[in-house]
Parts: sequence; C-alpha cells; structure tokens
Amino acid sequence: MKDNVLMRVAARWNMPFLLVFALYTQTHGELGPGGGFQAGVMIAAAFIVYGMVFGADEMRRVVPRWITDVLAALGVLIYAGTGVYCMLQGYTFLDYTALIPSNPGGAEPWGMTTVEYGVGITVSCVMITIFNEITEGTLPGDQAETTTEKA
Amino acid sequence: MELVHKNLPALIVVLPLCMGLITSIIGRRGLGWWLAMGTTSAVLAMSVQLLVNVLESGTQTVTYVMGSWPVPFGIGYVVDPLNAAVLLIVSMIATVVTLYARKSIASEIDPRRLHFFYALWLFCMTGLLGITITGDAFNLYVLLEISSLSTYTLVALGRNRNRRALTAAINYLVLGSIGANFYLLGIAYLYQVTGSLNIADIHHILTTQVFPTWSTDAPMYRTTVFVGFALMAVGLSLKLALFPLHGWLPNAYTYAPSSVSALLASTATKVGAYAFIRVLFTLVGVNFAFKLLHTDTVLMISAGAAILMGSWLAFRQTNIKKLLAYSSIGQIGYITLGFALGNVNGLTASVIHLFNHALTKGGMFMALGIVAYRTGHTRLQDLQGLGRKLPFTMAAFTAGGLGLIGVPLTAGFVSKWYLVSACFEQGRYEMAAIVLVGSLIALLYTWKVVEAIYFGKRPEDAPAIKEAPITMLVPTLLLAGASIYFGIDASTSSRIATAAAKFLLGVGP
Amino acid sequence: MQKVLDHYNYWVCIILMMIGFYGVIAKTNLVKKALSLSLFQTGVLVFYISIGKIDGGTGPVLDPRNPEAIYSNPLPHALMLTAIVVGVATLSVAMAIIVNIRERYGTIDERDIEDMEHLAEE
Repeated sequence: MKDNVLMRVAARWNMPFLLVFALYTQTHGELGPGGGFQAGVMIAAAFIVYGMVFGADEMRRVVPRWITDVLAALGVLIYAGTGVYCMLQGYTFLDYTALIPSNPGGAEPWGMTTVEYGVGITVSCVMITIFNEITEGTLPGDQAETTTEKA
Repeated sequence: MELVHKNLPALIVVLPLCMGLITSIIGRRGLGWWLAMGTTSAVLAMSVQLLVNVLESGTQTVTYVMGSWPVPFGIGYVVDPLNAAVLLIVSMIATVVTLYARKSIASEIDPRRLHFFYALWLFCMTGLLGITITGDAFNLYVLLEISSLSTYTLVALGRNRNRRALTAAINYLVLGSIGANFYLLGIAYLYQVTGSLNIADIHHILTTQVFPTWSTDAPMYRTTVFVGFALMAVGLSLKLALFPLHGWLPNAYTYAPSSVSALLASTATKVGAYAFIRVLFTLVGVNFAFKLLHTDTVLMISAGAAILMGSWLAFRQTNIKKLLAYSSIGQIGYITLGFALGNVNGLTASVIHLFNHALTKGGMFMALGIVAYRTGHTRLQDLQGLGRKLPFTMAAFTAGGLGLIGVPLTAGFVSKWYLVSACFEQGRYEMAAIVLVGSLIALLYTWKVVEAIYFGKRPEDAPAIKEAPITMLVPTLLLAGASIYFGIDASTSSRIATAAAKFLLGVGP
Repeated sequence: MQKVLDHYNYWVCIILMMIGFYGVIAKTNLVKKALSLSLFQTGVLVFYISIGKIDGGTGPVLDPRNPEAIYSNPLPHALMLTAIVVGVATLSVAMAIIVNIRERYGTIDERDIEDMEHLAEE
C-alpha cells in the first residue's frame, strides 16, 4: 500500500493524533472514561496502521521485536510490582494505602495510575506482537499475558 | 519472614506470575530453567506451610483479602483443607516435572525460545494455583483462562516432533473456550440472583434467602438458578474432560511435549475436578445439587461410562502415550464417581485419588518421555524388550501401571478401597461392580504394555540405547517411588483427604 | 408474547451464541471456526452488559445534586472488560496456531488436514 499517496499521507498525518489521544486517554484513566486498555490499543493501532501502509518489516525496524517482548512483560511487572510493594510495606497485595499511608484517599489515584501505566504498556506491546506474529508466522511464547491484568 | 507468612495465599499466585514475566525477559541460556526450578520449589514450600497452617488452625479456613477490600466486595483468597491439599498436589508435581523438563524439553523445542517455554510453564502454574486458591467465582474464570491459554500454547509446542500437536491444540482451544464461556454465562445467572461473585457469599445468599422460598407458593428464581448451575456444570465438565465431553484430551496429551503431558495429566484435569467439587459443594450446596436436581445420578452415569469406555479405548491403543491419555479419562471417572456418591468415604476417595493418580500418571508419562527421548517414538513396538535396556525407567512405568490397576501396596489400591466402600455405604453395588470391571480392563492394558517391555524382543537392527540421563531418571523414580510409598503408608494422605472431605460435608473434623 | 419480548436481551444473547456455536461445529475452515468462537463469546458479553442495566438508571457516577438517583450496575461492565481481554487473547492464540497449521499443512481446512493425516497413517 505504500505506493498509494493517499494512504501514505493519511497514515502519516493520523499517527500523531492517535498517539496524543492515546496519551490523553492514559493520563485521565483514573478519573474519567479511559485507562490503560484503551490507550494501549490506540498506541498499538498507530503502529499497526504504520505497519499496514509501509509494510510490516518497516514497522519492525521502528519497533524491534525485542522491545515489544521486554516491554510486554515489564508492563505486567509494573502492575504486579505495585502490589508487591504494598505487600512489603506491610499491607495486603494491591492495597494502595501503602503508597501514602497518611492519606489513603489520595493514595488510591496514585496506585491506579501506576497500574494503568503498566496495563497500557503491556496492551500496546502485546497488540503489536500479535500483529507481528500474524505477519511473520511463528508461534508466540508470550501472548497469554494479556489475560493477567484485571480491569 | 513475617511478611511472607502473612501474605502466603497471595504470594503463592503472585510469585509464579512475576517470575514467569522475569523469565521471559532474562531467562536465556539455561537461566530460565533455574528460575522456573527456584520458583516451583518456593511455591512447594509455601503450599506445605499453608497446609500445615490450615490443619493446625481451629476455624479451618484462612482468608486473604486482595487490596484490603472486605470479602463479598473484593476478591478473597480462601484456603481450606481441600484446596490446601490440591495446592500441594499441583506444586509438588510441578516441582518434580520441572526438574525433569530440563533435558526433555531441550530436545523438543528450539533452544532460542526456551525462555518462553519456561515463562508459559510458570503462567500455567499461576493459573492452576490461582483456580485452586481463589474464593471468587469470576476470578476463577480469569485464572482458568490464564492456565488454559498457556496450556494451549504448551501443547502446540509439540509441533516439532509431530505436526498433529497443532491440530490437537486448536481442537483443545475451541472446546476449552466453549467450556469456559459456559461457565462464565453460568456465573451471570447466579450473579443476577444473588448480586455477589464471592463463592461463600453466593452460597450463603442461596441457602438463606433463595432456597427457602422454593417450598412456598412463590418460589424465587427457580429456573434461573437451575440454568446457571447447569451451564457451570457443563462448562467445568468440559474442562475436566468428563465423559462424554473428553474429546480434546487424547490428542492433546499424546502430541504435547513429554514434560507438558506429564504436567497436564497430573495437574490440569485435577484442578478442573477440584473446581467442579467446589461448585457442587461450596457454591450451590449438596442439598440443591444432589437432593433436588439429582445431579449425582447424571454424574454417576457419566463416571461409569468414563471408567468403562476410557479403559476399553485405552486397551485398544497402540500408541502408548494415547493409551495413557485414554486411561486418564477412566481415572477421571473414578474421581467423579467419588464425589458423586456424596458421602465422607466417597469424597475422601476423590481427594486421595486426585493425589494418587497425579503421582501415578505423572510418573508414567515421565517414564514414557524417557522412551521418547531415547528412541524418538512411543509406539508399542518401540517398547519391545526395553526392560533390559532401560531397567529403571521401565520399573517406574510398571509401578505406575500397577497403581492404575489398583494392586494392593500401590497408591491406586488405597483410593479404590475408599471408593468401593463408599459405594457399598450408599448401596450402589452396580457402581462398585463397574469400579472392579474398570480395574480388570486396566489390568489388560497394563499387561499388554508390560508384556512388550519384559517379554518382547527388541529388533536386532535397532540402535543401541542407554539408560536415561540422571536428571530425568531421578524425578521419574521419585514419583513412582512415592506412588508405592503412599500405597504402603497411606496414613498421611488419607488424613488430609478425610479432613478435606469432612470440611466439604460440614461434619466437623 | 409480552413475556417473550420483555426478555429480548436473552434472545439477543441466545441468537448470537447459537450462530457462533453453529459456526464452531459446522465450519471446517479454522479461521471461520475461531471467528465463530469469538461470536459465541460476544453473546455472553452482551448478556452480562444487559444485566447491568437498571430501568431509569443513569451512569454510575455519584451525583451530589440528585441524592435520589438510581444508578446502573457498573460491575458487569468491569467484568466484561476483563472477559474481552481474555477473548482477544484466545483469538490471538488461535490465530497463531492457525498460522502454524498453514505453514506445516499448507491448508487451514479441517477436512483436508484429516485426509492428509489418514493418508499419512496408511
């Protein structure tokens, strides 16, 4: 599709808007509609549109496989790590009070924001990995992770 | 140390999850196995500790609330005598099989992707342990899917030896997802009635507010509860491969890598059976399921058919791995029969057979994995005369076979003893007869293999083979030895199983 | 009739599920099978979402000006967010396996695969 001027221009111009909107959705996740899932899918959509127009290999040059592999795991680790941090502070798993013990109400958004960032990173990387797997054709080792976060 | 102690129920699930993720990042060049091994050993230690805690504490259950949200609202992890025992089974088998997997899997999949294998391995454990420990019906679904998704991929990894692993995996995926969705829909119905997702809370609301109205003129939500329970039961039956919903099992076990077959055969269906017991006894309750709906009759017919058909189909196989897979269907029948009887001895038989069959079948699949490792095949003709070439492996296999028959002094005898006495207690003489006929067919198919192993002649032109590498042989002998040990001294295992059974029926310790 | 129409959310769920179930059983093309599975799951998702709706209920955001407000139940929606992710994961694992089947068998039709395996066994 990269010979088609219309597609090329549309893809190029849409990407920044997609990414900015994704970041907006991500940062407002704990207060308004949105959050890590939606933002992650939108970030991935931006890259996948790029890959569909300019070819999957070109996209893999921009986002190499090892980056998505590592970040996909890292995102869930951020989520689980938040929980483990709470545990280490003497609270239960994912009890956000541990983040600011003096102000439990204020700690809640902080905890949610942190885990949402983890979710966002993982979802976007897993989506890109799925696209990679289908265009490349090897058995994935790490797609079961998508289920590990709870909304 | 105090922190670990306090957070044990959460850690037992979170640790394999985190370590799985870490393994997928840094587990290259053999490090993956060390991480997996360390994790499974730690989980084993934790589950032993949990079991000790539960058996010692008077109230019998330990509840852990995620994120400190109080229980009916948040997700609570509940440890009781039953799931502490199942946790122990899963983590123990996983530790032994991980020890075995190192050599075995290295010959079966691409070494550059080994770290992903161990990551999936740990995710599978996360799911299985999570299903066992969670006290929340929806959480159970999510963890069921985590374990299933990693299982599908693990089965598909057998593709390098035989491409049929892929068709087996997709078949398993389709049936497994349908089962999980039925379960999910079932929860929706019960959620509509009770407004709760916590298993204990649903049970409480059903027994105190919903069931009492059924004897009056205005029965509340009768059909809804019926449909919800039916959907959940069908979904979970698919997961535990209860006859006639066992279609996915034989090929998935046959074509998966050896260590995956060993892990699945001894844990995945066991956890499915546990989830079924959980729904029957602690979610809807015996009075509803057995006295009102007569689910026990349906289950007994399925179990009887599973025992007879599973064993008979096993007898007809020439691929020994498939033979073991069909025999697993028969053994699931015994487990189901135990809890369908619904008395203390029956449930004890179920729980103890979960444990004994995990040991027996795990050991046999591992012994067969050694054959595949050395000869590349698992057909009956490849086992001819192997008794001389692989004496220890074949001894382990034979010990497992004796356990399947239920010969005295093996673990299988103990479970069948409990099972038959439970049948007599309930006056179900025909089921006792089926158990005995099943054992007889088990004798036939075991003899078929044992005859080939010890009396068959290995072809003259067959390549020379050595006894298995020590890291594969030790775990195999360990499980085979344990299946003999727990047949001679069953006091520990039956004490735990009886505690679990009494807890489920609420008849005091 | 009124009783049938009142439960239209059940009908939508049943119809969607049964279309999916039919596809899973009857289609031999594996991709179509995987998509039918997805449709089957969508039936369940729609059912969950519909049971969260309460007559006259508004979005579940606390409104201090209107203490009498009735809110719809947001819990089923939150649950379905997780179930959707599970569905996507299932679909992607299915697709990855199908891509592999295409590589090794050269076809994604179940009947052709069966035929090839029968030939191989003989």
